[in-house]
Amino acid sequence: MTTVIKIPPSLDERTFELVLEQLAPVPQDEKVLLDARHTRWASPYGLTALLTLAQARAERSAFYAPESDETCSYWSRTGFFTYASELFELHGAPPHSRAGGESDVLLEITPVARSEDVHEVVGRIQQKSQSILTKELNIDAKATMGFAMTLSEACQNIVEHAGRGGWVAVQTYRWQKRLGRRVVVIAVCDAGVGFRQSLESSPSHRESDRWDDGMALEEAVIRGVSRFRDPGRGQGLAGVRRYIGRWDGKLSVRSGSARIAIVPSWDEDVPLQEDLPAFPGAQMQITIPERVADK
Amino acid sequence: MINHIDLSSVLRRTVCDLYSDLVTRPTGKAVRDGIEKQLAEIGDRTLTVIDFSHVGLLDYSCADEIVAKLLMRYCVPFAPEAPPRDAYFLFRGVSDSHVDAIEAVLERHGLAIVAQTEDGAVMIIGSVDENERRAWEVMCRIGRAVPVDLAREMGVDCAQIEAALDALCRRRLAMRFDEAYVAVGAAS
Repeated sequence: MTTVIKIPPSLDERTFELVLEQLAPVPQDEKVLLDARHTRWASPYGLTALLTLAQARAERSAFYAPESDETCSYWSRTGFFTYASELFELHGAPPHSRAGGESDVLLEITPVARSEDVHEVVGRIQQKSQSILTKELNIDAKATMGFAMTLSEACQNIVEHAGRGGWVAVQTYRWQKRLGRRVVVIAVCDAGVGFRQSLESSPSHRESDRWDDGMALEEAVIRGVSRFRDPGRGQGLAGVRRYIGRWDGKLSVRSGSARIAIVPSWDEDVPLQEDLPAFPGAQMQITIPERVADK
Repeated sequence: MINHIDLSSVLRRTVCDLYSDLVTRPTGKAVRDGIEKQLAEIGDRTLTVIDFSHVGLLDYSCADEIVAKLLMRYCVPFAPEAPPRDAYFLFRGVSDSHVDAIEAVLERHGLAIVAQTEDGAVMIIGSVDENERRAWEVMCRIGRAVPVDLAREMGVDCAQIEAALDALCRRRLAMRFDEAYVAVGAAS
């Protein structure tokens, strides 16, 4: 039996939850068909999360590509179909091509599994990001390095803790409805062990009555706790928090059945969501908005 | 003895000759091992200039592995065992973005370094108390000094200055020569 999962017309961090809600009652080893025929747009989070979804399923999933040529063409340029063809039974997908290199794709979907991959990602983003961050987002040229540092630390989370490879993508776009400004978005998603299991592997871990995915996220993201005893560990996410604080950005991390967010004044997200449909690994999104002149 | 280590050369030699960014923990550890290897080949008391001039990006993980962990081996309050040698460090060619990463990791461990920025200015980065910072700044200005001179210059009592100098030496921010002290980075 194959269960059809409808992919929303606009796939982002928020609407990906609708995908997981449909998936929740379906046993791991049952085949699913992800139907994206009517999907018109996807954020870097949406695309990388789809790939991790495929990784997480025991049975190879089928995937219907968007019917819109424009959407398909754009997803091709992000590199989505290159990796999707390895993970899904693809239907209706265009021949994969990355030619053209869309200007607002700062970093195409890139697999991250080893330290070398992080070097590759950081090298590529520095070449492309400086002019976009300074000219389009009015972010100080000095902040470009901080942006690459943030990206590096976010990717290292996969290398150091996930236990399996994941994906990263970076894109800029105009966030018309919510913000009316351009944003640059980093998405880093994996289907690995997740924050809770990672922290449980620490020799110093002591479970409390409230130990769950939400608490694990609070420990790691807010308090900088790591599974390693080394006191120097846990600085990566602290650095990410510092960067988003400086540039009025937003950080959200989903792991297991919880999601935590550092919410700036321009957004109305909640700081902690629990009892979400369970999903393996960790999915992180970092959003840096265009800087506007102080009032 | 003054020793010079170009970090970008260590990076290319120990990790990959195509890299110019210091990112990830494994990279930082490999570079620190490379530095330690060079230190092992030189004299007992050394001032080593660690040069960041040709390093692009430095992330927090790498800063922790290279700067903090290297320093912890030689700083008496932090080293788990006796330091292998009497080593002092000056971090040269440090850019604003390097400072961001280095400062964050040093503050986490309660460490401090002497850094020379790209424009040649010398400064302490990290955690030091006010007396230590002032003593270091005065030594940078007047050069080699004995505690009584420093106490007079700073308008504090001698015992206070001796405690600050002792802390600066243990933290590798000043060197003692008999009864006199010299700030790391003075007239660098």
